[in-house]
Amino acid sequence: MSLNVEHHSVRTLPSEKPIRLLDNAGHAVTGQATGGFALPDCDTLLDLYRKMVIARRFDVQVTALTKQGRLATYPSAYGQEACEIGVIAALEARDWFFPTYRDSIALLTRGIDPGHILQSFRGDWHNGYDQHAHRCASQATPLATQALHAVGLAHAARLRKDPIVALTFLGDGATSEGDAHEAFNFAAVWQTPTVFLVQNNQFAISVPLWRQTRAVTLADKAVGYGMPGYHVDGNDIAAMYAVARAAVDRARSGGGPTLIEGLTYRIESHTNSDDPTRYRSARDVEHWKRRDPIERLEKYLVSEGALTEAIRSEITDAAEAVAAHTRDVMTAEADLDPLELFDHVYSRPRPALMEQRARLEAELAEGKHEAEPAGAAR
Amino acid sequence: MTATTTETETTAASAPTQLTMAGALNAALRDAMAADDRVVVYGEDVGPLGGVFRVTDGLQAQFGDDRIWDSPLAESGIVGTAIGMAMYGMRPVVEMQFDAFSYPAFEQMVSHVAKMRNRTKGRMTLPMVVRIPCAGAIGGVEHHSDSSEAYWTSTPGLTVVMPSNPADAYSMLREAIESEDPVVFMEPKSRYWSKAPIALPVKTQPMDRAVLVREGTDVTLLAYGPTVRTALEAADAAEAESLSVEVVDLRSLSPFDDETVGASVRKTSRAAVIHEAAQFGGYGAEVAARVTERNFHYLAAPVLRITGFDIPYPSPKLEEHYLPTPDRVLAALDTWEWDD
Repeated sequence: MSLNVEHHSVRTLPSEKPIRLLDNAGHAVTGQATGGFALPDCDTLLDLYRKMVIARRFDVQVTALTKQGRLATYPSAYGQEACEIGVIAALEARDWFFPTYRDSIALLTRGIDPGHILQSFRGDWHNGYDQHAHRCASQATPLATQALHAVGLAHAARLRKDPIVALTFLGDGATSEGDAHEAFNFAAVWQTPTVFLVQNNQFAISVPLWRQTRAVTLADKAVGYGMPGYHVDGNDIAAMYAVARAAVDRARSGGGPTLIEGLTYRIESHTNSDDPTRYRSARDVEHWKRRDPIERLEKYLVSEGALTEAIRSEITDAAEAVAAHTRDVMTAEADLDPLELFDHVYSRPRPALMEQRARLEAELAEGKHEAEPAGAAR
Repeated sequence: MTATTTETETTAASAPTQLTMAGALNAALRDAMAADDRVVVYGEDVGPLGGVFRVTDGLQAQFGDDRIWDSPLAESGIVGTAIGMAMYGMRPVVEMQFDAFSYPAFEQMVSHVAKMRNRTKGRMTLPMVVRIPCAGAIGGVEHHSDSSEAYWTSTPGLTVVMPSNPADAYSMLREAIESEDPVVFMEPKSRYWSKAPIALPVKTQPMDRAVLVREGTDVTLLAYGPTVRTALEAADAAEAESLSVEVVDLRSLSPFDDETVGASVRKTSRAAVIHEAAQFGGYGAEVAARVTERNFHYLAAPVLRITGFDIPYPSPKLEEHYLPTPDRVLAALDTWEWDD
């Protein structure tokens, strides 16, 4: 699979209609709407289905645990599974991923333990997994800042002639940030092996897309930077995977960066402290629930005879096992050492910081902090 | 890729030659790039032009476009991509051209450069250097003479250093590039053309230490970067008035060398800090506070701050009225009550 530069010059605007390989009824799409991309085979799609089901079960479980007070906050990706999984699945183990706070399910798909992913949202530490081991940067909270890190890492890899790709996710709101612009531009000028996924879930917390941009699609922006842009049905994982796979392959082979926009919808609230009834209608949410990415692929796989009851049952069991493990690790109390606060700021200990550490140590020894409420942070 | 540096120090030290601070910095970059091919340099105009202050002069011709290149004109992009490069094991040295042009990179500096190591419990370090030509007295138009050090020193996780002379410029930049942690390397623009005889490769005191540059018994002047010269000139003038002035070059703004400073202040029992930046909330406030906290019972008088005024940096024809001068330093010392 490779992007045909002939059929998509970097000066060609993306189609206004999103690229789609499966329609909402689960039927294979043919003709122009496919953007020239081929439907992945059933084995690939079944694997993507499995990953989405597990990711959704995990997401629902974490939202429930958050409502029970086990996490300080959790930005759900419910409804965005095709974007998240379709694109992260196109990445190889040697590649790097630069996620945002909403991309926990992509990290789960990348093989990181739920307990490590969720350490930051539980409030134990700002990051809980090993970046180098998983080749995943920590989840960025400031918008679009991580996109520049992805470009820099990709450029370093290119200079070293390592055939690796750096993938980063952004939201629609983040495309308004200066760092998004700078990342797109640096990537294009330096021709770095970077893939940008803009998950257009149509709201930046409460602010609708039309208040962010006058561009017809967010993928249109790619043209101005001199890189290809693709406007894709973000609830069609077949299309997301096919486009992402081609972009990753192109980046790896020296073809430079790609901007992919996945048009999707955030079914849940921004986080548990959000009130979406203030800015969007229940009708809109229902409309998008009827465009569920998992149901769409399920219909296709059933019609192809690829999703048997036995497989479905096995997938359900696997998803339940992930949920149970997530419950277990998030219910256990974390063993936190307040003195560790001082240990990682600098490689070499600073005398003044060690004085502050000693003061906290003395306070702890005197039992001054024991009255603090235990349990999850708020 | 060589993982370790093969020091140019193994070669015999050259005979001392007159070198400007810009020349010393250029030599430091050249030697660091030769010693370790993980070191890359980029920023605005650092390539064929050699930087607006010529600190990178000739480096692209020597090392090629893959080691040193002109980036797009965007400071957040420069620092943000340097983070990614450092994450991959490179040692980027990036240039901000002028203090006030570093502000677009503020978020990357504060939210990521400073926090990455702590956030990842030391698993992800960022061995990178952000070079910032700083301070004024060069007749620059607006935005070319800011003193931004307090923005960086008030951010935990950043190491902030500022050399005042060519030898330190060479030695401290080499050390900054070899550091596992990110370093904000501030270069006083007005000192770029100051000269000193140096035998390269020169190694001065570690960059986290302050240095006693002039001994005295009555007063300690605490200075850094461009004001070290101001302090030394004030000390010379004070000598004519039989006042013995000690001068400490802070060199490292974060961390602060409490030990060296404290030893001097306890000896002289009087201290004043000198900087170009405005006074309110400036770096001198921290210096005065911690010197007082740690040495109060040795002090005979309050710690003074001799600084720029609390106004935006003036236009070139008015900057002489703003900058702390030796005269202004001496006048400030006169405001103390002297027993003798």
